[in-house]
Amino acid sequence: MLVKLNEFIPEQSGVVKKIQAEGKIRRRLFDMGITPGAVIVMRKTAPLGDPIEVNLRGYELSLRKSEAECVVMEVEK
Amino acid sequence: MRFALAGNPNSGKTTLFNALTGSTAHVGNWPGVTVEKKSGYYKKLGEKIEIIDLPGIYSLSPYTPEEIVSRNYVLEEKPDCIINIVDSTNLLRNLYLTTQLNELDIPMIVALNMSDVSEKNGDFIDAEKLSEELNVKAVKISALKGSNIKELMEEALKCAKEPKKGVCVVNDGALKGIYKEVYGLYEKENIENPVFHTVKMIEGDSLETEKFPDIEKKCSELKEKIDTGDFEGDFEGVVADLRYKYIDKHYEPSLKKSNKMQGMTKSDKADKVLTHKIWGIPIFLLIMFAVFHLTFSENLLFIGYFIPEGSFDIPILGTDAINSPGVILFNIVDWITSSITEAVGGAMPEGTWYTSLICDGLLSGVFSVLSFIPQILVLFLFLSILEDSGYMARVAFIMDRAFRKFGLSGKAFMPLLMCFGCAVPGIMATRTLENEGERKRAICIAPFFSCGAKLPIWAAFAGVFAQVYSGLNAELIVFSMYLIGIVVAIIGALILKLTAAKGETPPFIMELPNYHAPQFKNLMLHLWDKLKHYIYRAATIIAGAVVIIWFLSSFNFEWQFVEDSGQSILGSIAKLFTWVFVPLGFAMGDDGWKFVVAAITGLIAKEMVVSTLGVFSGLEEDALEMEASDIVSTPLGIMMTGIGGGVLGGVDIAIPAMFSFMCFNLLSVPCMAAVAAASGELNSKKKLWTAIAFWMLTAYLVSLFVFWFGVLATVLWWAALIVGLVIVAVVVTLVVLSTKHIIKMPKFEFLKKLKKNSKKSS
Repeated sequence: MLVKLNEFIPEQSGVVKKIQAEGKIRRRLFDMGITPGAVIVMRKTAPLGDPIEVNLRGYELSLRKSEAECVVMEVEK
Repeated sequence: MRFALAGNPNSGKTTLFNALTGSTAHVGNWPGVTVEKKSGYYKKLGEKIEIIDLPGIYSLSPYTPEEIVSRNYVLEEKPDCIINIVDSTNLLRNLYLTTQLNELDIPMIVALNMSDVSEKNGDFIDAEKLSEELNVKAVKISALKGSNIKELMEEALKCAKEPKKGVCVVNDGALKGIYKEVYGLYEKENIENPVFHTVKMIEGDSLETEKFPDIEKKCSELKEKIDTGDFEGDFEGVVADLRYKYIDKHYEPSLKKSNKMQGMTKSDKADKVLTHKIWGIPIFLLIMFAVFHLTFSENLLFIGYFIPEGSFDIPILGTDAINSPGVILFNIVDWITSSITEAVGGAMPEGTWYTSLICDGLLSGVFSVLSFIPQILVLFLFLSILEDSGYMARVAFIMDRAFRKFGLSGKAFMPLLMCFGCAVPGIMATRTLENEGERKRAICIAPFFSCGAKLPIWAAFAGVFAQVYSGLNAELIVFSMYLIGIVVAIIGALILKLTAAKGETPPFIMELPNYHAPQFKNLMLHLWDKLKHYIYRAATIIAGAVVIIWFLSSFNFEWQFVEDSGQSILGSIAKLFTWVFVPLGFAMGDDGWKFVVAAITGLIAKEMVVSTLGVFSGLEEDALEMEASDIVSTPLGIMMTGIGGGVLGGVDIAIPAMFSFMCFNLLSVPCMAAVAAASGELNSKKKLWTAIAFWMLTAYLVSLFVFWFGVLATVLWWAALIVGLVIVAVVVTLVVLSTKHIIKMPKFEFLKKLKKNSKKSS
């Protein structure tokens, strides 16, 4: 099932399928390790509901929901 | 020999740099951008080696100033060796930059930092195996403990003496054919670093394609034939993907997982509490309160409430309460400087111009700036602790949503909060903001937050007015000034977002580093760095400005020394320009020019406002040292309550004029120290003047509005209420609309056209 990263609930994990962003943001996502095939675990949302914290490639990354919306994921569990 | 230090942010780069160079570092900016440039020397190997600290980066993309600076440095300055520091606890992502740096023909060595921590977490890295796999020498170090650093430098020196060829990791999969062909094109032209250029060209990197348009043409022809599958022709993505695939493949063999339980690390546990959905914000507020309490409070831990009045009065330490460390340090410095001024003043003949120059001009001016240092340092100490420990990234995480609406990210919160204490460290702290536009916006609204030096102005006016007008409440007046500052800052940020410092809300894709204990030595080096800069500014720009102002306020146009500054050059000029301020109310009446001069001296330092008014009224004591209740019956109190000439057309306008005067002081140029700090951070004369113009214009317009709104409220309170409600409604609608991007576009286009036209005509 394909779901966007911003729709993930805490502890849910999945594999990156596609990045639907352009330019700077796209490159930034790649540079931080969000490339197709990367496994991402959703950790939590910030107290005010945005941004979110995820775990990938052994580290914690925070990104806004609007940026997470660009990441199309295949849900694992 | 010159070695460049490169690595991800939070990889321990600064720690290693400090360990290598001690305190010999020289700090400057890279030309053209506000990216810090540090260099220092390593001398322990007989040979003097210069270490250049490149900015912390994740990649060598052409998108951020840090990355462009780093890339230009390694390509153009050709260091003898690159020391690539990587965080062993986050090796996968850190090696991504390593694969990019390794494409260069410059010798390179990898420093596996924090390997002791990763071993504690159960990951054992085999450095030799990793060196083999990645084609680059790797050495385990601990920058924190200083272990293995000499070995690292010895190996680096060995590497530097051997020639090196770039290593390509993306000559695989879809890129196999095209890589070879493009590489051939670069080799034919005899260009240095062919591997690096080839990969950049395939990525379609804008800096690369502009530089080699001929190769670009051939490369894009070749690209058209390639099937990139899911990437749909996005070669930047293909390259990033290949890099990570390569790292995944070659990193596994060098990693041995121990049998330790892989449970939650300490950092995870801390995060569970500190960014908790419910407790995150209260804990954050508590930490902030503690920081300000320890810096500015004169009633530490509220002990004063439990001690009966008059029980003790110890100089420096406190009266009926204990001062916070910040205030104690402040008192010590104050005591030293005032003793010096007194001693110098006593030794010199009274009433001469040179005594005045030394005591009233130079010493009091420079000392008033130096007196901020203790509290700035204490604030910076706490800030550095929060930053070093990794908590600051969480603050940004918690606050981002609230700030995004105003074109700022969560990272802007801390610098702006510091401005309530003092705008100088606040403006200096904007350096942590990545985005140039965001940094400029933050600096522009920084002075609107009511700082510590403005408080005496509010206290004096509020105190005096509350005694004369029984309907006024002093605390409410002071509070309203803080509130006005915040509201104007929010509106200002929105206006800037739509106009001058344009640009969309910066992205917020940020690493949340592991928590770790801050290092004493690093903290001290950091503080010393800030202190040096500040003292340098105090000694040059500020001292110069102070002497000029002293001269202008002590001499008249016949070059005679005058005691009454009303007769001085500054006084005459102020009188000449008083009409500019008449619409603001406070410049009306016979005493109007005095308030104008006070406001103008306030541009130098806000502490001078009340003192200047005191001097004009003929008050013998220093007004800053007096309680508001004592001021009321003095000439100063009478002058203050008569602000604006007292009556206009039968209406008492003193209260509106007072608010107008306070607003002008709240929003105009805060002080010369802040201007110096802003000039350092904006790094451009034009931007600095724009910021100054923005502050003055805002101050003028808001004061103008406040005064006439106040007059209206005095005459017809219900009319003012209606006007007020309408304005609030309009502002709220504008805020809502602009945050929803409904009114953003038309304004944007209109301004762009305007700019184009003005460029054409010039």
